[in-house]
Amino acid sequence: MNLSFHLQVINLLAALLLLISFAMLSQRRVVGLVTLFAWQGAALAASTALVAWSTGQHHLYWSAALTLALKVVAMPWFFYRLVRKLDINREVEAVLNIPTTMLIGIALVIFAFNLALPISQMAGTVTRSTLGIAMACVLLAFLMMITRRKAITQVIGFLAMENGLFFAATSASYGMPLVVEMGVALDVLVGVFVLGIFFFQIRETFDSLDLKHMERLKER
Amino acid sequence: MTAGLILQTFQTVLAILLAPLLMGWVNQCRAWLQGRAAPPLTQPYRVIRKLFHKDAVLAHDAGPLFRFAPYILFACMALAAGIVPTIANDLPFSPAADVIALVGLFALARVFLALAAMDIGTAFGTLGARREMLISFLAEPALLMVFFTASLISHSTELPVIVETLAHKEFVIYPSMAFAAVAFWMVSTAENARIPIDNPTTHLELTMIHEAMILEYSARHLALIEWAVALKLFVYSALGIALFVPWGIAPAGDLAALPLAILALLAKMLAGGAGLAVLETLSAKMRLFRAPEFLGTAFMLAVLGMLTHFLLEA
Repeated sequence: MNLSFHLQVINLLAALLLLISFAMLSQRRVVGLVTLFAWQGAALAASTALVAWSTGQHHLYWSAALTLALKVVAMPWFFYRLVRKLDINREVEAVLNIPTTMLIGIALVIFAFNLALPISQMAGTVTRSTLGIAMACVLLAFLMMITRRKAITQVIGFLAMENGLFFAATSASYGMPLVVEMGVALDVLVGVFVLGIFFFQIRETFDSLDLKHMERLKER
Repeated sequence: MTAGLILQTFQTVLAILLAPLLMGWVNQCRAWLQGRAAPPLTQPYRVIRKLFHKDAVLAHDAGPLFRFAPYILFACMALAAGIVPTIANDLPFSPAADVIALVGLFALARVFLALAAMDIGTAFGTLGARREMLISFLAEPALLMVFFTASLISHSTELPVIVETLAHKEFVIYPSMAFAAVAFWMVSTAENARIPIDNPTTHLELTMIHEAMILEYSARHLALIEWAVALKLFVYSALGIALFVPWGIAPAGDLAALPLAILALLAKMLAGGAGLAVLETLSAKMRLFRAPEFLGTAFMLAVLGMLTHFLLEA
C-alpha cells in the first residue's frame, strides 16, 4: 500500500465521517446530534477541499466552501435556535433501543462495503476506496431517519444522508457539475427552512414533535 | 542480550516508580479543572508510604486468598509493565507474551481481586466483584478487537513488532486506528475504573464498582492494591502510547535514543494524564446499566476499525 500523503488524509477523513455517523446513531440528545452534524459537515468540507487540491478540480473548492457555509455554520445555527425556541432538548426517543440500532448499523456497514467493492474497482478516481464508506454513511443516516420518532432528528438524518451522497459523488466521480451542486445546496437550504416552519405547525396542531401522532390522518 | 535485560529491568522499575506519579498528576489536573486546591503531585507516594507503616487488619473470615490477592495483583501489573514497550523496543520479556496473553494477564489479576472480594463474604465485596465481572467481560472482547486491528496492520500480535511497524517504518496514516483509538479510550475507562464507568474517588458504596471490592483491605495490602491500580493506569497509558502515538520509543539496539525516549514518554504521559482529567471532568458517571451499551459501542467501533482496515488499507 503506497498512497500519497493527502490520499491518506482523505481516507482518514472518510473514516472520521463514518465514525461521526455512528456517533449520531448513538446520540441521545438533540443538541449533541446537531453538534455532530456540524462536525460531519466540517470533515466533509475538509475532504472535498483536499480532493480538489490533489486532483486540480477547481469547482470542488466551491462545493467545499458551500458545505462549510451551509452545513457547518448556517444549518447548525438554525437548528440550535430551533431547539432553544421549541425547547426540545430532551432525550431523543428511538423506535429501537440504541444497541440494536448499532448492531443493524454494523450489518449495514458490512453490506455497503461489500456492495462498493466491485464498483470501486471499476471507478478510475484516486478516491475510489472511500466509496464504501460514503455508501455506509448514506445507509446509516437512512437508519437514523427510520429509527427516530422526532421530526427534528429525522430532518438531521435526512441532511446526514445528503452529506453521505455528496461524499459518494466526490469519491466516485470528483463531484457533480457545479450547477447541480449549487441546485442541491439551495434545495437542501430551502427544504430545511420549510421543515423548520413545519415543526412549528406540527407542534401547534399536535402539541408535540413526535411523528407517531401523524400516522393517523383521519379526523375522529 | 545483556543490554536487553538491563533495559527490561530499567523499564519495569521505571514504570513501577513512575506509576503513582501519573496518578498524582491526573488527580492534580482534575482538582484544577474542578476548581479545588490540588493535592501535591507526590500525594499517592505519601499515601502508599503511610499505608505500608500501618498494621494490617484482617476480617475474621478472611482466608489465605484474601491475603495473597494483593501480591498477585501487583505482580501481574508489574509483569504487564515489563511486556508493554514504554521506552525501548528491545525487550527480552516481550516474546514471552503477546497482546492476547497481556489481556489474559489483566484477567488473571481481576479474577483474583474479585475472588478476594467475595472471600470475606461481605455484601459490598460481592456486589463489587459481580459488577466488576459484568464490566470486564464486556470490555475484554473490545480490547482484543482493538489489538487485532493493530495486529492486522503489522501482521503480528507481539507489541514490539506492532510498535516497530507503526513507529519505525515509513509514516502511514491508518484510518482504522482512529476507530481503534476511540474504542481503546472507552475500554480503558472501564478497565481502570474511571469516569464514566466508575468514579475512583466515590465514597458512596452503592455506586462503587472497584472501590467496593477493596473496602475491607488495609495497610500494606491496600498499599499494594493502590499501587497496582496506579500501575494499571500507567500500563494502559503506555499501551495507548504504543498503539496510537508510538513515535519516540527507542528502536531495538539503539541505546543512544534512550534519553529522548524517556523525555518523549514523560511528555506523552503528561499530555495523556491531562487529557484523561479533561475527559473525566467533562463527562458524568453513567448508570451501571448504561455500561453494557457503552462497552458494546466500544466493541462495535473496534470491529468497524477492522472492517475499515480491509476497505482502505488492504
